[in-house]
Amino acid sequence: MRHLSSILAGLALAANAATAEIAVPVVYLKQEVELPPTLSNLTEHPEDLGLAGVAVGLADNLTTGQFMGHAYTLEAISVPVDGDLQGAARAALKSTPFLILDAPAAELQAIADLPEAQNAVLFNTSSADLSLRSAGCRANLLHTLPSNLMRSDALLQFARTKRWDKLALISGTHPDDVSFAEALKRSAAKFGMKIGAEKTWAFDADMRRNAAQEVPLFTQELGKYDLLLLADEIDDFGRYVSFNTWLPRPIAGSEGLVPVAWAPVVEQWGAAQLQSRFQEHSGRHMRSQDYAAWAAIRTIGEAVTRTNQADPQVLRRFILSEKFELAGFKGRPLSYRKWNGQLRQPIPLVTPRALAAQAPLEGYFHQHTELDTLGLDAPESACEAFQ
Amino acid sequence: MHRLFCSVAALALAVPAMAAEIWVTNEKDDTISVIDVDTLEVTRTIPTGERPRGITFSKDYSRVYICASDSDTVQVMDPDTGAILHDLPSGEDPEQFVLHPNDRHLYIANEDDAVTTVVDTESRTVIAQINVGIEPEGMAVSPDGKVAITTSETTNMAHWIDTETRKLFANTLVDSRPRHAEFTAGGSELWVSAEIGGTISVFDTATQSEKGKIEFAVKGVHPDRVQPVGFEFTDDEKTAFVALGPSNHVAVVNAETLEVEKYILVGRRVWHMAFNEDKSLLFTTNGVSGDVTVIDVAKREPIKSIKVGRFPWGAALRPNS
Repeated sequence: MRHLSSILAGLALAANAATAEIAVPVVYLKQEVELPPTLSNLTEHPEDLGLAGVAVGLADNLTTGQFMGHAYTLEAISVPVDGDLQGAARAALKSTPFLILDAPAAELQAIADLPEAQNAVLFNTSSADLSLRSAGCRANLLHTLPSNLMRSDALLQFARTKRWDKLALISGTHPDDVSFAEALKRSAAKFGMKIGAEKTWAFDADMRRNAAQEVPLFTQELGKYDLLLLADEIDDFGRYVSFNTWLPRPIAGSEGLVPVAWAPVVEQWGAAQLQSRFQEHSGRHMRSQDYAAWAAIRTIGEAVTRTNQADPQVLRRFILSEKFELAGFKGRPLSYRKWNGQLRQPIPLVTPRALAAQAPLEGYFHQHTELDTLGLDAPESACEAFQ
Repeated sequence: MHRLFCSVAALALAVPAMAAEIWVTNEKDDTISVIDVDTLEVTRTIPTGERPRGITFSKDYSRVYICASDSDTVQVMDPDTGAILHDLPSGEDPEQFVLHPNDRHLYIANEDDAVTTVVDTESRTVIAQINVGIEPEGMAVSPDGKVAITTSETTNMAHWIDTETRKLFANTLVDSRPRHAEFTAGGSELWVSAEIGGTISVFDTATQSEKGKIEFAVKGVHPDRVQPVGFEFTDDEKTAFVALGPSNHVAVVNAETLEVEKYILVGRRVWHMAFNEDKSLLFTTNGVSGDVTVIDVAKREPIKSIKVGRFPWGAALRPNS
């Protein structure tokens, strides 16, 4: 276990708790994972992914806190591959009930089930797994990262609006790819669209050399379609499909037009300010996981500001109430779904250079909020822990 | 050749006594569109620094101040010629500002910097910087000049600044993303709009306590998209017109009962507004549709849309000369 102190050094300056009446300690806990090998060397994996978002959100909280007499402190802990994450979580829960977590779904559930965590408020900022928002949910675990289904619903709302109704799908074999592919299929069924042909990416050759020869033949077998969906969440093969398909058709999913929680191209609704604060702090662009982590610590901050309390159960009740709203730079207030603890939020559909659209799209109605046309709505979720 | 001709033409037009004008800053065109209040046509387009937003005239209308946000400066322009006289040091990313009743001190919100900068427009120096919340935006000053207000969008507060000591003496929470502040009722009330919260909070100036809250509901528009931003009062201060952002409506609010009396359809994502001299017409800037809606104040009806530059943001009146 190592403390990510160097990244946080700059923040100590602002964390002057001397005159504060309410102390709000927060722990950011990360499980390091081994990254699967990918074809391209171009993919970057920032070491401070997520943490940089927490740091920027902490600075936001501290500024408000100095006017309110609220002092936020952050400890960031990273557990190496094969390290004792549960032990680290137990230790952290001794010092605070507020944990912002970056870990795989099963680890998140295990932490939520710890006896020490029963009074805690935990944030999932890393797993898009649908079961965490359904039968596998936990009452003390909130989700700021959108589920895969929220992303796939957003994308297929767009495809349906464009009347790109005939779909084809290429999926990788990594569990994240499979999970996103399942979400895409579920969304297609939801919006009455058809995934005609489906293929699994099964090349083991080095695509940097021969994508131009292989991909046209590979995609020729997909037959006719309007839009080619790619489920390549580990960023392995998607980039080689662009412009190499047999038919001249757009691609979307993990490559091409991508549904995200956040991207550097999001600039409306004051987002440019958050982007520049983030860039200044970390020297890189803000990604979805950074945004989820930012939203988690800002959720704590907003709840403490409005309730003037730091009791986890008071805050949890407030966060799940109608009164809670987070200004998340996406054009409308963000709030949490009462049935599974998911942060409801618009989903930007982005290319590397621009925001193409932001879901929910016009024409997708809902009896309460159009934001609930994305992901698991109350009747669809098998989560019972929140009742 | 063409450029030269245009600027000569603009000069020639500017010399004789002219009708009142509404000056509109176009955030994504780096220009000002000048609207003739009599003809309701754009008569001039004046280049500015990058990303012009806040705009205000000096008391005698001999100078116009423009927040050129991305140029990190406040430009001082001669409104007759459109020439930039000089820049003022403004701190980083100035978004909105307010001119103190002394006609000399500009209070500027520095959106990227969490500070309010006070600039002396005569000596052209920064005389104070006051730390406020994250993303300061709305600026107001009380009619007696004693209190200045900065609202911070991410901290969700109105910060109360004593203009003598230039220190904060109160910080009051409002709903999410406060964007605009105005004193009214002879300075006894402060109104603050909250874009994401969808409300206007009304404060008693003497005690800085909240005495009321205005809520909005536009038929057929989801509450999330009803986002109050800029607002202005009629001369008797009995009625307020409130821009409601992406709901594409302006609300007419009874300032005494705090009830909404009417919603007027305008262009897309309405930001700010300015009245003509007798306040019979109201001009709203509609960011997304790139136009200005002219509202007949007595009838409370839109009467015309005027195409301006890309993303019109601020608006200010230049009266008849």
